[in-house]
Amino acid sequence: MKFSHSPLLSQALPAWRARLMLLGLLTSFLTLIGWSLYLQVFNRTFLQEKGASRYSRVIELSATRGRIMDRHGDVLAVSTPVKSIWAIPEDAKLQPAQARALAALLEIDVREMNRKLASDREFVYLKRQISPEVADKIALLNLPGIHDQREYRRYYPTAEVTAHMLGFTGTEDIGQEGVELAFQATLAGKPGSRRVIKDRRGQIVEDVESIKVPLEGKDVILALDAKIQYLAYTNLRQALAENRAKAGGIVVLDAKTGEVLALVNLPTYNPNNRIRLAGAQLRNRALTDTYEPGSTMKPFTAALALEKGRFRYDTLIQTAPGTLTIGSATIHDAHMHGMLTVSQVIQKSSNVGAAKMALSFRPEEMWSMFDSLGFGTPLKLGFPGEVGGRLRPAKSWRPIEQATMAYGHGISVTLMQLAHAYLAFARDGDLVPLSLTRMDTPPLTGKPVFSAQTAREVRAMLELAVLPGGTAPKARVAGYRVAGKTGTAHKLDGGAYANKYVSSFVGFAPASDPRLVVAIMIDEPSGGAYYGGDVAAPVFSRVIAGSLRVLGVAPDAATSTLQAAREDEEPVRESM
Amino acid sequence: MLRLNLILMILALTSAIGTVASNHRARKMYAEIEHEQARMRDLEVEWGQLQLEQSTWAGNARVEQIARNKLHMKSPGAGQVLSIDAGKP
Repeated sequence: MKFSHSPLLSQALPAWRARLMLLGLLTSFLTLIGWSLYLQVFNRTFLQEKGASRYSRVIELSATRGRIMDRHGDVLAVSTPVKSIWAIPEDAKLQPAQARALAALLEIDVREMNRKLASDREFVYLKRQISPEVADKIALLNLPGIHDQREYRRYYPTAEVTAHMLGFTGTEDIGQEGVELAFQATLAGKPGSRRVIKDRRGQIVEDVESIKVPLEGKDVILALDAKIQYLAYTNLRQALAENRAKAGGIVVLDAKTGEVLALVNLPTYNPNNRIRLAGAQLRNRALTDTYEPGSTMKPFTAALALEKGRFRYDTLIQTAPGTLTIGSATIHDAHMHGMLTVSQVIQKSSNVGAAKMALSFRPEEMWSMFDSLGFGTPLKLGFPGEVGGRLRPAKSWRPIEQATMAYGHGISVTLMQLAHAYLAFARDGDLVPLSLTRMDTPPLTGKPVFSAQTAREVRAMLELAVLPGGTAPKARVAGYRVAGKTGTAHKLDGGAYANKYVSSFVGFAPASDPRLVVAIMIDEPSGGAYYGGDVAAPVFSRVIAGSLRVLGVAPDAATSTLQAAREDEEPVRESM
Repeated sequence: MLRLNLILMILALTSAIGTVASNHRARKMYAEIEHEQARMRDLEVEWGQLQLEQSTWAGNARVEQIARNKLHMKSPGAGQVLSIDAGKP
C-alpha cells in the first residue's frame, strides 16, 4: 500500500494546531523586528558612541603663544614648552624609596611632597614648569598616580632691560602687564582638538574630523629698538646711581612716525624670576605716575603766545625785579634777568616771563591747547594703570593757577604724555598718535596743534637752551644740533611742596630735522645736584648721541660746535 | 554561464583585496604624516630655544662687556670722528 493512501492521512488534523504554529512564528518575527527597531532607531546614537569609544580618541592640540620681537626681529619674549608634574593623591601610593627619588628629581623637600600627597584633594601640582628632560626621567620611574602635563613658559632674554615694556604672563600664559597684556588678544593662541582613530598599538591611523582648529598665537613686532632701549637703560641706571635718586624713567620716540623706540623705568625687575617682587619695581612710571613737569611746560606757553599773535620771538618782556605778585601769591625767578625776549625767557627759563605770557591768554585758550596736546587724557596704549594726569576745567582756574601752569605747576602729566606733546615741536606743529608696534606705513601728518612757523620758532628757542647761556649746556652732543628744555620741580608731599625734586629733560635732535624725542625724569636726586640741567641733561646727551649713531643719522652741526661741546661750563640756574 | 560567473567572482575578489591594500597604505601614509608633523612641532620648539639662546649670547649687555673688558674697545671721542658726506665734494 502506498503511503499516500494511508488511512491515517485521510484523518483531518484539528485546524487550531496550524494556526497556533503560525501565531508562534509571527510573534517571534514581530519580536525580532521590534528589537531591531529598538536598536537601530531608538538606541542608535548611544550604541554608535559606545562603539566609537573603543577606537576613536579626541586629541587636544595645543597652541603656542606668539613671540614678541623688536623692530629688527630680535626676540624679546618667547614661549617654550615645559612640563608640570601633578598627582592624584589617592592613586599615588609611593614606596619611601620612590618618593625620595621623585623629590630629588623635582628638587623639593620629601616631607613637603608627602604632605601634598596625603591631602584629600583629587588633584595636586607637585611642581610646575620643570624642564622636559627632568619630566622624561620622572616618566621613566613609572610611578602610580604621578602624571605630567605640557605647559608653556615664557622667557625674556633681555630680562630687566625691557621689563616694563614687555610685562609678563602668569602661569596660565595670560598676559598680566605691559605689552603681554596690551596685545593679549593677538599673542594668545587658541588650543583646538580633533577626533582620530587609533589602532591597538595606540598609533593614529585615521583622522576622523577636526573639532576645533587650533589657532597659533601671532607674533608682535614692536617699534622698540633693542639697542636704543639698552642705551637708555644703562645710562639711566648710571645716572640714578650717581645722583642717588629714588626712581627714574626715560622714553625715546621716533619724531617722524610716533613710534616708541625705548621705554625704561627704574627700579626694575627680572621678569624671568619674579619671586620677591616689590610694588615699586613693578611700577611703569612713565605711564602710570604723574608728576608736575615744571619748566618743561614753558615751551608750550611760548608756543601759544606766538600762535595767538600777541608775542613774537623777539618781543621784550620785563622780568625785573624777578618776582611777580598775583593776589596773595608771589612767583619767583632764581636770578633776576631784567628785560628778556620770549626766546630768552625759554633759554633762561624765567618763571616770571612765562607767567606774564600766560596771563595774556583766556583760560579756555590755554586749556584747549593742553587738551589738544593730550594732557589730562590717558594715552590709551593698552598698558594697565595708564593715567591722564590732572588738568582741571578752565572755568575753575584762578589767575595765579593760570600763571603757575605756564611753568608747569598745578598741572600733572606722565613722562610719556610729555614726550608725546613735544612731538608737536619736533614735527611741524602736528601730533601723531604713539605706536608701540613697528609701523610700515607711518602717517605723514597728524592732528595740527601749532602752525609750522610756531614749531620752527620754538625749536630755535629750545636750541638756545642747550647752548652756552642756556640752562642745559650739558645736553649738547658732539656733531649734532640738539634742542630741549630742562625741568626741576619741587615735589608735592602731602599737599605742600617739600624739599624733594623731580629733575627732568625733554629734547630732540638733530634740531635741523628732528628724528628723535627723548624725555627723561629722575625722581628725588639726593647726590647734591638736583637741577634738570645737571642731573637729567647729561643722560639725554649720552642717550641721544648713542641713538643717533645707532640709527645712522648724519651729523648736522659744524665743527665749531664740536669744539664747544667739549668745554665744560656751568649752566644757567633755572627757576622753579 | 559558468565562465561569466568565474570572471565576475575574480573581479570582485581583486577589488576587495585592492580596497584592503589601499586602506592599509592610506593608514601607513597617515602615520607617516603624523610623524612628520610631530617632528615639525619639535623643530619649532627647538627653533624657539635656539632663538632664545641667540638672544642671550648676542645680548647688548654681554657684547658691551666683552668689547670693553676683553677686547679693550671704546667709543670714539668727539675729535676722532670724521663724517663723510656722500654726494658733495
